[in-house]
Order: sequence, then structure tokens, then C-alpha cells
Amino acid sequence: MNKHLLSIDDVTAEDIVRILDTAESFREVGTRVIKKVPALRGRTVVNLFYENSTRTRISFELAAKRLSADVINFSTSGSSVSKGESLKDTALTLQAMGADAIVIRHSSSGSPLTLTKWVRGSVLNAGDGTHEHPTQALLDIYTMRERLGRLEGLRVAIVGDVLHSRVARSLSFALVKVGAEVTLVGPPTLIPPDAPGWGAQVSYDIESVLPKLDVCYMLRVQRERQRQQYFPSVREYARLFGLTSGRVAMLPPEALIMHPGPMNRGVEIESDVADLPNSVIEEQVTNGIAIRMALLYLLLGGARDARPGGVSDLGGDEEEAGT
Amino acid sequence: MKRIVVRGARVVDPAGGRDEVADLFIEDGRIAAPDGSTSGATVVDADGLVVTPGLVDLHSHLREPGREDKETIETGCRAAALGGYTAVSAMANTDPVADNAAVVHEVRDLAERAGMCDVFPVGAITRGLGGEEMAELGEMIQAGVRMFSDDGRCVPSTRVLRNALTYARAFDGAVIAEHCEDASLAEGGQMHEGYHSYSLGLAGQPREAEEIVVARDLALARLTGGRLHLCHLSSAGSVSLVRRAKAEGLRVTAEVTPHHLVFTDEDLRTYDSNFKVNPPLRTAEDRDALVEGLADGTVDAVATDHAPHAVEEKETEFDQASFGTTGLETALAAVLTFVVGSGAMTLTDALEAMSTRPARILGTDDHGRPLEPGAPANVVAFDPAAEWVVEPPFASKSRNSAFLGRTLRGRVVHTIYRGELVVADGKAQR
Repeated sequence: MNKHLLSIDDVTAEDIVRILDTAESFREVGTRVIKKVPALRGRTVVNLFYENSTRTRISFELAAKRLSADVINFSTSGSSVSKGESLKDTALTLQAMGADAIVIRHSSSGSPLTLTKWVRGSVLNAGDGTHEHPTQALLDIYTMRERLGRLEGLRVAIVGDVLHSRVARSLSFALVKVGAEVTLVGPPTLIPPDAPGWGAQVSYDIESVLPKLDVCYMLRVQRERQRQQYFPSVREYARLFGLTSGRVAMLPPEALIMHPGPMNRGVEIESDVADLPNSVIEEQVTNGIAIRMALLYLLLGGARDARPGGVSDLGGDEEEAGT
Repeated sequence: MKRIVVRGARVVDPAGGRDEVADLFIEDGRIAAPDGSTSGATVVDADGLVVTPGLVDLHSHLREPGREDKETIETGCRAAALGGYTAVSAMANTDPVADNAAVVHEVRDLAERAGMCDVFPVGAITRGLGGEEMAELGEMIQAGVRMFSDDGRCVPSTRVLRNALTYARAFDGAVIAEHCEDASLAEGGQMHEGYHSYSLGLAGQPREAEEIVVARDLALARLTGGRLHLCHLSSAGSVSLVRRAKAEGLRVTAEVTPHHLVFTDEDLRTYDSNFKVNPPLRTAEDRDALVEGLADGTVDAVATDHAPHAVEEKETEFDQASFGTTGLETALAAVLTFVVGSGAMTLTDALEAMSTRPARILGTDDHGRPLEPGAPANVVAFDPAAEWVVEPPFASKSRNSAFLGRTLRGRVVHTIYRGELVVADGKAQR
């Protein structure tokens, strides 16, 4: 594993399997009464959030806390950032305070990579602009493997605003790495013209894709894109590309419905569809904590002597963990 | 009587058609007839050096007045002299904007005081670079301006540009220089739109944002008979459009920057903001077409687009970083290393594109002339074999160079400006 997780480029197919296996052993921790192991005791994890994201921040915070790390949340409101401090100065300050890992969410693509120039600790990308969101992709893949039992050969459609989606980038890069077949679906204005270069197929017709899928992954579509004239109206978007119950009937019965959240019910996904049994949107959230525990653990060298999946030896120390 | 004798240099004189080892005699600011005598002269040993007319830049941002924290006329001129330039053009996007004779005079006065190279102020085409009302071109012509540009943006109104091209015909040698960029197509674009912009998640500027405006401007040059210059071309399509326009006989010239001759959008993979320039670095195919266009004369000149920025404007999130790279101190070495070094152009042709041709575009008789007796002594001597690493300190106040950390071959040793050694042994004398 690389020292940082900035994009899916940083992990190999073998790394992905190792991360999923490690997450598997950590997920059990979340089912205990005392949801804590001492793996990262004494280590400091900083959540540096330049963009509001309650769910991702909480997920990382819980992950770090369940590993017994000290967690500092540093978000734009009420910090020196809102007083106009530069990313560089903030980074140097966190460095001086001895952060072992910095989890960064930022609206500017590339900021996590830029951050690595100024800090010695590990940097985890929690979503940067329209670039990548690798931990989301890994938790999604974890969820697929768990529910469907395999990754190789899975047929996955990613539907919506692929052009501006960091989730779509990370997820399609990761799926291609593990041997899945990816089809990007959406209006041509929202599909990168070079998508075939990613190893993905492209379709502008969701109904022709649905019958062959194992996973239908819906992306959030921002109303902002209509104002920018990427499509004529939200109504037309929902009619052409939304996942309605009529379209769910075209999916094979075992196919999963996924969404990274937060959902725009009634736009990309019909409200009832989100609550169907084969919708695993809430499981994605649960699995997110386990994946982020695995990543913090592997990146922070808690894994120096660990074998893939070999974290069970760290799990028993509840007494100490509870203190 | 002040004399300098430059001995034993390889004299490469594109305008005079010379390439031979010879001594160069300079007296009272001008090239003198060789008389063999060195009595009372400063003798400069130039064995192994190339001596050629001082370089001429069509496109620099010297930032003064307004952003003296990034560059001043003095530091910009020192950077220019160290880079082998004896003349630079100062772009109009200062604060206040150079859209009137007063600012033009101020820039010239500051340059004269610095005394390290000639500075040709570029005047704005429109008042305040607003794109709506024509600036007082005639008054600026009388103050010595030859080139007009709203650089940083194009003149968005086709009608205003038409009138500027037409109006400027009243003044001999006046040139309307355009930064070709369709604002709505390029809006928000951080880099070239293509494979790398999509995978890096950065908003792109397609080639067409430039080519559409190049095509429009060439059509207006045809309509008006006006004298058009196209700044910093970046795409293969733009080169083709200019090639066709020249074949048709339109009065058009064009420039390319050293960084567009060397780098591509792939260099942005690390989000290094020193590669964030406007127009953006494009693909290898575009870069090769630019080199080819320069070699066959479609593109007339190499221009630096020297754009100094404060550290905090570059060391920041990529989409918040300013556009631009410095260039005056690296342009010659970059062209020697990557364009001449690759065999794409001869040394003579490359030097012509950096001195004689830009001097002609500016309509100046003081630079880029044959090194013959009587010509103003604006001369550079460089070591074509010297290798050096681009790193601070720079003479420029800023250090945002796209070439940072690169090893280049070819280094300026002496620069003689109006008969004075302003750079000697690689060191600025003023």
C-alpha cells in the first residue's frame, strides 16, 4: 500500500482485496456493545473538511474513534480557514501539531495531492472537487462483494452526472481494476467523451442497459447542472434517466440498487425505489465505517505486522478499549 | 569614447545572413567597423560563445504599476537582460490599465531609469480592458506604442474589434494583438480539455475556445485589411488557420511561448500549478504542430508571456491558483534545449524567431538588425553548451517557472544593451 490514498491509482487490485478483507474483520467491531479496538491508540487523525459533508465526516470520525485514535475535527466554519488562512499554512500547522493522518475533503480537485507536499503524515482523500472519492468507491465495492459474492465479471451501470462526479471516477476506475464491466449512463453532456479510455462502456439509454445488470448505481444530480444547461429541465432528466419503479422491473430480480447519498428523491431515484429490499443504500453507510477503519489501520502502519485479514488478534482487548 | 571588443565569438546574425567566427567592435553604443585595435577597449573573451542580436520579447507582464509585489519594471528588465533580451513588450493589464498615454509614459520612464533593456509598452485596445469602448489608440501611438492588446481576454465584441482593426489602419505599424479565447466556452477551465482533464477532475478549456476566436479574428482581418497579431497560440488547429490566412495574404502574424513548445497537458498530472497557464498546455500533437509552425514560419516569433505571480497565488489549491509562468530568464535556454536541440529548427532560424522577427512586428529599427557598422549595439553572447538547473534565486521577483527543476542547455553570459555591458559573466551589472 502507498502511504497515502489520494485516488484509486494508489491501490492495486490486490490492495483492494486486502482492504476489503481487512474491513470484513473490522465490521464485526461495529456489532459489539463496546465498539472499540486499541489498534491506533495514541495516533492522531485530523478530519480536515473544507466542504460540508456530515455523513463522510462522521463516518471517518467513528472509524478513527473505534480504532482508539485521537480525532480532531477541523472544518471551515469556526476555524482559521474562515479567516482566510491558506491550505498551506493550515497544513503546516497540522504538521507542527503532529498529525499522523489527515483526512481531507475539499471542493478543489487535487487538493489532497497538494497537501502531501506540506505534511509528513498519511493523507486520505475524502472527496476532492470533481476528481475522486476513493473511500466511497471501496465501500461500494465492499457492499457489492458482500451481497453478490464476487467482483469479477459483475455488470455495473453508473447512471447520472458522471462528468462532475468524483464518486463515478473512483468507482469506475476501481471496478475496472477488479475485473467488473462498467457502463456509464447519462445524457451525453454529462458523460466524459473519453470514457472509453477509462475502460468503461457508454450508453445514453438506461432502459437498454437495465436487463443485463448486477448493480444499478445511481448518482446524485445537482439542480445546478440544469442552470448550466447540461440538460433542459429536471423533469426531463427524471423522465429519461431516473430510476422509476417501472424501470426497476426491467432489472434482474437479484440486481442491487445503490446510491452514494444524499439522494434527490424524485429526481434520479423514485422515492419508493430507494426503499425496496434490493436497495442497499443504508448498508453502504454501515460498510463505510468498516472500510475507513481498514484504510486508517493499513495506512497508519497499524498493519506493519498484520496479514490480510489478520486483525482478529487486535479485537479482543475490550477492557482496555473501553477506558 | 566607449569601446567594447567581443573577441572570437561565433557570430550568428540571422538578419545579416552570417554565421562565422569573428570579432565584434562596439563604439559609442553602436556596432563599429572592425579595425583590429583593442586600445582603450573593454575586451570580452567570447571564445566558444555565440554572439547574436539581443532578443526581443513581444509579450511580458511586468506588473508595474499595480502589482509591484510580483514584479517591477526594474526586476523584470533585469530578468530580461539576464535572459538575453534587449527589448521587451510590457502588457497593458496593469493597475491602472495602460489604456492612455500617461500610463505609457510612466512605464517608459521607469524602464529608462532601470536602463537594462528597452521596454515597449503595449496599449489596451479598449478602455479599462472592458471590451466595450475603444481606448485612445492615436494618443498612445504618439506616446510610442505600436502594439495594442487586451491580453488576458479577447475583445469579445466582434463589432468593437472590427472598428479597432479598421481605426488602427490610420497609424503606420500599429498592430492589434489578440488573446484568442471564447469566454463562455473556456469559462472555469483550468487546463486543456481532454483525457487528462477528465481524469483529474479539472474543468477543461477545449481547443475550440481558441480556434473559434482565431477564425473570427482572421475573418475580421480579411474584412478590415487591418494588421492582426495572434498571441500565444496553443493548438494545432490555430496553426492551420494561420497558415491558410498567410497563404491568402492576410496581414497576420503569430507568436508561441517556450512552454507551449515544450510541455503538454500530461505535465499537469501532479496538479503542479506552475503548469497552469492560459492558454493551457495541450497535447503532444498540438505541441508538435506549434514547433512545426514555428519552424516553417507560420508562427513568426517566440514570445515569453512572462507572467510572474506571488508565491501564495501559486502554492494553493489548483483551481484557485493564478494562471501563468515566468519566462524571461529561461526562454532562450528552453528553445535551444528543446527546439534546436531536437533538430526541429536550426540555431539561426530559432534566433531569428526570438530577435529579428519580433523586432519587425514591433516596427523597431533598434533591435534584431544585422550586426553591421552603425547598428545599435544590442547584442547577446551565450554559451550554447552550458548546462544549468532552473532554480531560485531568480532576478524576477517571482519564481513560478514551469521549468523549475529542469536542466537546460545554453546560458547567457553577456548582454550588451546600447553599447553597455548590462550583463557580464552571467551577472547583472545594474
